Amino acid sequence: MYRIKSGGLINRNKELNFSFNGKNFVGYEGDTLSSALLGNGIHLVGRSFKYHRPRGIFSSGSEEPSALVQLEEKNFTEPNIRATTVKLYDGLVSNSQNHVGSLSWDFMRINDYLSTFLSAGFYYKTFMWPKAFWEKVYEPIIRNAAGLGKLSKESDPSKYDKGYLHCDLLVIGAGPAGLYSALIAARTGAKIIVVDEDFILGGSFNGENININDNICSDWVKSILSELNSLKNVRLMSSTTLYGSFDHGIYGALEVKSYNSKNTITKPRHILWKIYSKFSVLCTGALERSILFENNDLPGIMLSKSVRHYCNRWGVIPGNNISIYTNNDDGWETAKDLKKAGCNVVCIIDQRSNIKPPIENIDHILGRNIVKAKGNLRISSIKLDNGRIINTDCLAVSGGYNPNLHLTCHQRGKPKWNEVNHCFVPHNPPKTMEVIGAANGLFNHEEMFNDSKIKLTKILRNLGFRKIAVEKVNISKKVYQISPFPKKIPEGKIWVDLQNDVTVKDIKLAVHEGFHSVELLKRYTTLGMATDQGKNSNVLGLSVLSLIKNKTMHEVGTTIFRPPFTPVPIGAFAGRSRGKHFKPFRLTPSHNWAKSNNAVFVEAGNWLRAQWYPIKGEKTWRESVDREVIQTRNNVGICDVTTLGKIDIKGKDSGAFLNFVYANNFGKLPVGKVRYGLMLRDDGIAFDDGTTARFSENHFVMTTTTANAVTVFRHLEFCKQCLKPDWDVHLISTTDHWAQFAIAGPKSRKLLQEICDPKIDISNDKFPFMACAKITVLEGIPARLFRISFSGELAYEIAVPRRYADFFVKKISEIGKKYSLVPYGTEALGVMRIEKGHAAGNELNGQTTAHNLGLGKMVSKLNDCVGNTMSERDELNKDDALKLVGFIPTNKKQQLVAGSHFIEKGQIANLENDQGWMSSVAFSPMLNHSIGLGYIKRGNQRYGEKVNAVNPLKNEITEVEIHSPHFYDPEGELLRG
Amino acid sequence: MFIINCPYCGEREQSEFKAGGEAHIVRPKQPTELSDDEWAEYLFMRKNIKGVQFERWVHTHGCRKWFNVVRDTSNDVIKAVYKMGEKPPTK
Repeated sequence: MYRIKSGGLINRNKELNFSFNGKNFVGYEGDTLSSALLGNGIHLVGRSFKYHRPRGIFSSGSEEPSALVQLEEKNFTEPNIRATTVKLYDGLVSNSQNHVGSLSWDFMRINDYLSTFLSAGFYYKTFMWPKAFWEKVYEPIIRNAAGLGKLSKESDPSKYDKGYLHCDLLVIGAGPAGLYSALIAARTGAKIIVVDEDFILGGSFNGENININDNICSDWVKSILSELNSLKNVRLMSSTTLYGSFDHGIYGALEVKSYNSKNTITKPRHILWKIYSKFSVLCTGALERSILFENNDLPGIMLSKSVRHYCNRWGVIPGNNISIYTNNDDGWETAKDLKKAGCNVVCIIDQRSNIKPPIENIDHILGRNIVKAKGNLRISSIKLDNGRIINTDCLAVSGGYNPNLHLTCHQRGKPKWNEVNHCFVPHNPPKTMEVIGAANGLFNHEEMFNDSKIKLTKILRNLGFRKIAVEKVNISKKVYQISPFPKKIPEGKIWVDLQNDVTVKDIKLAVHEGFHSVELLKRYTTLGMATDQGKNSNVLGLSVLSLIKNKTMHEVGTTIFRPPFTPVPIGAFAGRSRGKHFKPFRLTPSHNWAKSNNAVFVEAGNWLRAQWYPIKGEKTWRESVDREVIQTRNNVGICDVTTLGKIDIKGKDSGAFLNFVYANNFGKLPVGKVRYGLMLRDDGIAFDDGTTARFSENHFVMTTTTANAVTVFRHLEFCKQCLKPDWDVHLISTTDHWAQFAIAGPKSRKLLQEICDPKIDISNDKFPFMACAKITVLEGIPARLFRISFSGELAYEIAVPRRYADFFVKKISEIGKKYSLVPYGTEALGVMRIEKGHAAGNELNGQTTAHNLGLGKMVSKLNDCVGNTMSERDELNKDDALKLVGFIPTNKKQQLVAGSHFIEKGQIANLENDQGWMSSVAFSPMLNHSIGLGYIKRGNQRYGEKVNAVNPLKNEITEVEIHSPHFYDPEGELLRG
Repeated sequence: MFIINCPYCGEREQSEFKAGGEAHIVRPKQPTELSDDEWAEYLFMRKNIKGVQFERWVHTHGCRKWFNVVRDTSNDVIKAVYKMGEKPPTK
């Protein structure tokens, strides 16, 4: 019988069913998975990482190195869950990890007998040769052996979420120091948040059997929690681990809502919190460490405080004959509580000889060490240094306490060694953090409460809270005295790190081989790595290193603590940003209309744009695109071009501003006209292009490419605010406010005339090429009309306020039927601009200049504008510079490939002979063969010459003829007609 | 991950801002009269020191204003913020 009849914080009336390795068990509400397992007499829960030695439950908290289980099944499964942190629920399914065969008879145990060969650096030394073996033999073996649990390799169906919180004071840890601090702060009215990783707040006081204000300490916890719960300025967060401390008082926290797969599809499994605090107090307490002796990793050997807490909090006695091994006073507390609970305490062995037993009526042996533990799958006996053998089925070990100072180090705080309590204590914590109680190395409750009082008063005053009332606390003074680490390293198979199977021998070997520093030691031996990050093992390992190196603990120092404090699942970082929600989509104003026209959509930046519109009978995308091009060029087509960036520019100096940001002149652009503009970077490289229309003396409307809409706007803001702060210029992005459509083709004017309100004349005389005007359409809808053409046809772009877009596009398609109006997508748009030789994103790739684009003459020589001086750099204006030209395959049946490089015929395809590259290709339905645009040296002087377009990826060489970039209507008669 | 006190909006999360490099880079008044070296100095040469650095930031997802930040690059402590055109703090 392992469960005592009464007491503790469990509800014996509420039974919970769970399974471990396929067997069903019963636990109680308030149990963790580990307390429920121990309550059923189960110690053996896993196998160690390297040697596959049996592993039991070692602790009762998040520091657990051994009791790692595979929780839940199928796609819900998660490996390496610490059984000590899982709140038991009905229907929990758990399995042990890392064994071949059954848990009690693991085939891989053979590694333990081969351990002489598997010491530190085994991989590095063994898998060196032959080199060819690495990929085929060694790596698969290592990968197969590595890791403890298994992933489902399926998508995780659970939900995860994120949240953001703000507070005056963040209290980290809800043990006695945390709750007391929280109470003092809460009564001032300060906005406070209290977080604790446990699912019940109270920290160690939930597992201790001590009196405070003449009551049991867990009752004191309840009374404080009930007051805190009643206050609106307090937020209590249980099951929430603060995993990282970041700059300016920002903290990351993980709240575990549920592990139960029955809940986690509908409600979040974990929530990742970002907490912004003005100040924080770290009240995270301290963790116990083990003691070194042979076979100290056997199941049944546990931390002393954990044994005490299993007994007091969960009513579980983890053995029938328990012994205690300690070097400090705290071990005796365990003996006292176990005895009180009716457990048979065999004896307590204290390393210290010159002490008066703090507790009477317990068999004790002073001044002795345990040299070896024995047992197969569970400890059965211990042997002392005087040869005496003691039979025991559970050993509670207390090697002293290590403050939980991790969060003080995330911004490079470096702990100091304390010679009195023999532990590292915080040093240089973040500026807005104070460390209180055991986390600061104070292991005495009375001192801890005083410490809280003094520090909180000061913190709250600095935060501006003056009315501070302090609660009185009466608690018996607890002595904590500890012996230093032994001066001699014990011999035999002694475990330092239970999780990574690092022994004393491995540390000796690593130092022998030259890995002297703690950081190197960690990486070479894996000491303190993996899920527990050495919470138990680090200081023990450092004590061995300090002995070997004959240096003090302070000189040895610690490795750098980094976030996270405990593991955070990737799912929590992803939150809701999964699959389609990874980033937001922007829909064009005509999206629904396009959808009803059977459009195929493509992602263009954040936008979903119609790529083409297949109709019945079309089997390939090319058929659709060819039809759209031909129908537009013969009749009329419509395309949503809202995604182009639109920037409204107003103010007295707008003209001068445009002159400054564009490379070509805009100041003299007449009202009612549009001009093509090329924008350069200050270093002379082409940045973006588009058109800008002048609607009045001081009002311009600029368009940018879709891709650069954001960067151009930001660049203009920079130019305005930082370079020309005195100019009267106002910018606003109106991309989303105006829906804009291109209407292109010989019948576009006739169609538009029908929708324009009666008095508006758009004849060629009144509204010639490059004209613009504010008009109304379809009985009063305000619109902006531009006579510009990307396709090379007689064409217009018309913008209407977004709210009219759906109506507008439906109406115009209805009216357009008699002109055979066709909707065209981005593919047809691309084909037509390549046929016309217009540059786009492929050509403006951040490497090319106005000179390369054939637009060198546009660049203003008179004004000072961004980039014009630097565009005249010699290097950018050499005679053999790249020029944008067209290409056609000699064999017209061949397809061109974008990205191909141009090599002179007969020359080898290498970097030296590289003449340029193909930037855009398309099949031209008008010419009935493939065409391309690209950059080639002196291209504008080489029309008619033949070169090879080389595609080394597919080993293809295509002979191409250099051509003018204008394949279609080179004189531009159509667009002016 | 830190907080910037925008001189127009107040304290906001860093992710609302975009860094714009070294502050107080003055664009040449007479661009054509500059030597190549002077241009290179203006365009490319930037300080990237460990310690206190003067930087330009823009509140991209906020008021869109550019302003100056004095930041210690070694620990992200922000010593001061001030508007464009204002003189940098002397201390």
